[in-house]
Amino acid sequence: MSTEQDQKVTETLESLHRADNTDAVEAIRIETLGKQGWISQLMKTLGKMSPEERQVEGPRIQGIRARVAEAIEDRKAALEAEELERRLASETLDLTLPAPAQPKGSVHPVSQVMDELAEIFADLGFSVATGPEIEDDWHNFTALNMAETHPARAMHDTFYFPDSDSDGRRMLLRTHTSPVQIRSLVERGAPIRIIAPGRVYRSDSDATHTPMFHQVEGLVIDKGIHLGHLKWTLETFLQAFFERDDIVLRLRPSYFPFTEPSVEVDVGWKDEKGRKVLGGDGDAPGHGWMELLGSGMVNARVIEFAGLDPKEWQGFAWGLGVDRLAMLKYGMDDLRAFFDGDNRWLSHYGFSPFDQPTLSAGVGAKA
Amino acid sequence: MKFSLEWLRYFLDTDASVQEIAGALNRIGHEVEGIEDPADKLAGFRVAKVLIAAPHPDADKLQVLSVDTGADINGGDPLTVVCGAPNARAGMKGVLGLPGAVVPANGMELRKSAIRGVESNGMMCSVRELELGDEHDGIIELPEDAPVGTAFADYSDASPVFDVAITPNRPDCMGVLGIARDLAASGLGTLKPLTTEAVEGAGAAPDIRIEDDQGCPAFYARVVRGVTNKASPGWMQRRLNAAGQRPISALVDCTNYLMLAFGRPAHVYDLAKLSGALVARKASEGETIEALNEKAYTLDSTMTVIADETQVHDIGGIMGGEHSGASEGTTDVLLEIAYFDPEAIGVTGRKLGIASDARTRFERGVDPAFLDEGLAILTDLIVKTCGGTPGAVTRAGEPPVERKIVAFDPALTESLGGVEVADSEQRRILEALDFEVGADWQVACPPRRHDIEGPADLVEEIVRIYGLDKVESVPLPRMEGVAKPTASPLQLAERKLRRAAAARGLNEAVTWSFLPVEEAEHFADGAELWVLDNPISEDMKAMRPSLLPGLLTAAKRNADRGADGSRLFEIGRRYFRGSNGASDEKPTLAVVLAGQKTARGWADGKAQGFDAYDAKAEAMALLEAAGAPVDNLMVMGDVGAQFHPGQSATLRLGPKNVLARFGALHPATLKAFDLGGPAVAVEIYLDAIPAKKNASFARPAYAPPALQAITRDFAFLVPVDLAAGDLVRAVRGADKQAVTDARVFDVFAGAGVPEGRKSVAVEVTLQPGEKSFTDAEIKALSDRIVAAAAKQGAELRG
Repeated sequence: MSTEQDQKVTETLESLHRADNTDAVEAIRIETLGKQGWISQLMKTLGKMSPEERQVEGPRIQGIRARVAEAIEDRKAALEAEELERRLASETLDLTLPAPAQPKGSVHPVSQVMDELAEIFADLGFSVATGPEIEDDWHNFTALNMAETHPARAMHDTFYFPDSDSDGRRMLLRTHTSPVQIRSLVERGAPIRIIAPGRVYRSDSDATHTPMFHQVEGLVIDKGIHLGHLKWTLETFLQAFFERDDIVLRLRPSYFPFTEPSVEVDVGWKDEKGRKVLGGDGDAPGHGWMELLGSGMVNARVIEFAGLDPKEWQGFAWGLGVDRLAMLKYGMDDLRAFFDGDNRWLSHYGFSPFDQPTLSAGVGAKA
Repeated sequence: MKFSLEWLRYFLDTDASVQEIAGALNRIGHEVEGIEDPADKLAGFRVAKVLIAAPHPDADKLQVLSVDTGADINGGDPLTVVCGAPNARAGMKGVLGLPGAVVPANGMELRKSAIRGVESNGMMCSVRELELGDEHDGIIELPEDAPVGTAFADYSDASPVFDVAITPNRPDCMGVLGIARDLAASGLGTLKPLTTEAVEGAGAAPDIRIEDDQGCPAFYARVVRGVTNKASPGWMQRRLNAAGQRPISALVDCTNYLMLAFGRPAHVYDLAKLSGALVARKASEGETIEALNEKAYTLDSTMTVIADETQVHDIGGIMGGEHSGASEGTTDVLLEIAYFDPEAIGVTGRKLGIASDARTRFERGVDPAFLDEGLAILTDLIVKTCGGTPGAVTRAGEPPVERKIVAFDPALTESLGGVEVADSEQRRILEALDFEVGADWQVACPPRRHDIEGPADLVEEIVRIYGLDKVESVPLPRMEGVAKPTASPLQLAERKLRRAAAARGLNEAVTWSFLPVEEAEHFADGAELWVLDNPISEDMKAMRPSLLPGLLTAAKRNADRGADGSRLFEIGRRYFRGSNGASDEKPTLAVVLAGQKTARGWADGKAQGFDAYDAKAEAMALLEAAGAPVDNLMVMGDVGAQFHPGQSATLRLGPKNVLARFGALHPATLKAFDLGGPAVAVEIYLDAIPAKKNASFARPAYAPPALQAITRDFAFLVPVDLAAGDLVRAVRGADKQAVTDARVFDVFAGAGVPEGRKSVAVEVTLQPGEKSFTDAEIKALSDRIVAAAAKQGAELRG
């Protein structure tokens, strides 16, 4: 009896071994462990046996069942693994093909530099002020000590509108960010530390001038402020902006109606492979000076125009080209391209949105 | 202003080198814009003598010269030079350019060459070729005593020329003397004493008078009879040429010389052309004059003129008249030296649009104390160069020569200028600049220093002469602790938006604030534009009422350059009319998506263009970045004629407050900007976004629902023109507690859907509270949802 059954087990295991798909394995399972399967039938015989018989036959029959069940599971798993392998082999992708393109955006260099300025000057206690670009001639000229007949007015190449405001002031496009000095002083009073970046306009257009460009104004009004503070502030700012300790400034006397004394500021540069790189003493061999900005101690009349007492308050102001700063730091050589909206230029000179200037990372973004 | 070293040394005794002088000029506020040494240009040119002049065998107009050029050339033997000048002849001396020399006028390098078969070893030069003047009728003829073989640069006393920018506050330095005085004060040399001999006039003083003492407070004049107006002497011509002033005739050159050497304009009239008294008066309305620049000007009654009984002869202080100017035949002259009101000169000059050297100086203010001396110097120059007999001087009016007194405190130099300068040095500097300093520091200013208004100006004088480079840096007092945040809410929003837009794949552009009027009108939507009086071109005339035209133009340029597409944004201002005639500038963000969204690819096949939903995606994402309450926005119409009427919308918070508009652009707009494919756009009005109130760092407490939400799908048949948004809002409103989301996942019209209807499928999220929904509750919710949808004309699809 048991020999016959052993024979059957052997046959089952052999046919399992021959089974080459899961359907065949399933057929064997039904044939053996299914409701009508011979092992299931064999299990049923246990119920009719005497307890003594069952004690012997039970484990043996259970053993047969376990052996066969395990063999079926093993075979099934092996076949499934083979099948998966076959399927995966047919699912190969050519991964040299390009992935879906994700457009890459950029931040304009002017915005980037303005953010850098805001970051550096925030550390020095300056906030960012703004004012209208369509100004009246009182704020743009008169309050800055340029009376109507002042020759310096004519030097500003001003864009005018035919309109006047309700005070009879002629409307124009601001020629500099300096009117923000007046507006900020009138609104906030003193002491004050501000920078005022923004668009300015001059009716001038050639290879190096555009009718619209960007300036940043700086203003400090407080007690006991003098030219030495101006020099330090500009040096400190330029060192931080260019991340160089060797920035050297040359102060030259100059003339602006709204400052007295007035100071033109040159910065030393060095020729590095045909490119002017800021740093070092401009008088050293292979070096030179470039004019960078105009500044000075705010004229007492301007402080009066802003409604403050010049005996109590004094301070300094400066004005500087933002586009120019960007060009010097990041190496663009054509101002006109700033305002063209050329995708290629914007991708080339623009900045990643994640280049947010911070003091801890350094305000500049390296290429 | 340009002047030669030799001219400077006429006034200043100094051994300083050109570089030292340039350095000093920069230090004291006279920026050196260039230094030119004519000796460099004249290298290779030398004095030569023509020994033989023979006709050229093959050319009628040429001669073959044999030229002695000195012992060091050609072993001392003469050189053969072919020359076409009519005045070339044996025995004359001239200037020869040797092979290798570069002709200053045209940059041509001379070479040994054959001219019509005859070898030529250089070129005899004309005045114009060496940039010494305009003459080009023949070659230069030098005096007989000119030493042959001498470098022409040495022979002609070529002297380095400084080009200096004089700031508008320093008209006293618009003459060489003023610059010499400043340099002397800075320690670069000693000012030579000016010895002007008073010229005693004989004969009648001219009949002149002032009727406009506001415009012309002082008018001095004298007559010189019997002058010969030939060419001015070489020394004067050299100085004038160095200053960039073309020599004209001796009389004119003398006045120009006075102006350039002393900053003092004057005028010479041909006495024969005048009739009756010469009067400084206001012009009559409509009176005309033909000025020396050969242009006619119509004057008005605000302008000061010098006129005789018949006509105007001079636009006072600006430009003389052609009629009575000195000419070749002039024998008797009237010299005018006057003081004109600076402001009036500026007004007249601007009205007439005349920029002359005289205006520049009078407008900024000449030295009112230099009339007598100036007239004496001019008389002396004329008598010495043109001969003649000077008459007596008439002086009408008085110039404003009182000295302004400034109460000064030498401590101000340190407290304002930031540099400590000994009182004695401060006094020395001021006195070297002709200020009179009292023991009590009451400072009397020289009348020529119109720029000195108060103590700060004296600090500037002291600091610039003492040396700005001696000002030491002093740290600004620092606020205690870590720097405080400074950005305003708008600045924060703009910064965040800019980087959000860039992170979404958009390139930030900066475009002009001005537009062509037509483009601006198209985007103005009825607003009154700001239009410039004096635009730089018609394309840059109106201030933009929208950022879109600038971006569309940029997109068009990109397409022209072969770009497949553009994704541009800009953050800037739109310009409108505000109250009281001021401007109202609205901070705005605009986006333009033009051309291809995705290029044709292996996965998707055809290239894809942008559509209105791409614009909506940008609008919603950027509004959220700007802090707008995007969940409460309503999609409404009334977008503007620039957009496709059926594929654009406004986003509003309440019916009136438009936060943004977006969508596809109108084909007419695309055509106006010559854009081939479709383009979509967004404009976000940053000033319309409400400020966040009482925002704090802490977020609201985190309270996720205890039970999981369930979803149910509803397919509705709705009228074809029902907005999906309205249906979704109705579904959400069916039970505000339980329905936490409703999302359209299918929209379909066509086969199987009745005419005039469309099928909209909505997935609704139902969030149970403390207990799970029972079947009955879900049924009740479903019924409410269907009922709410029914109010919008929707019926559940069977």
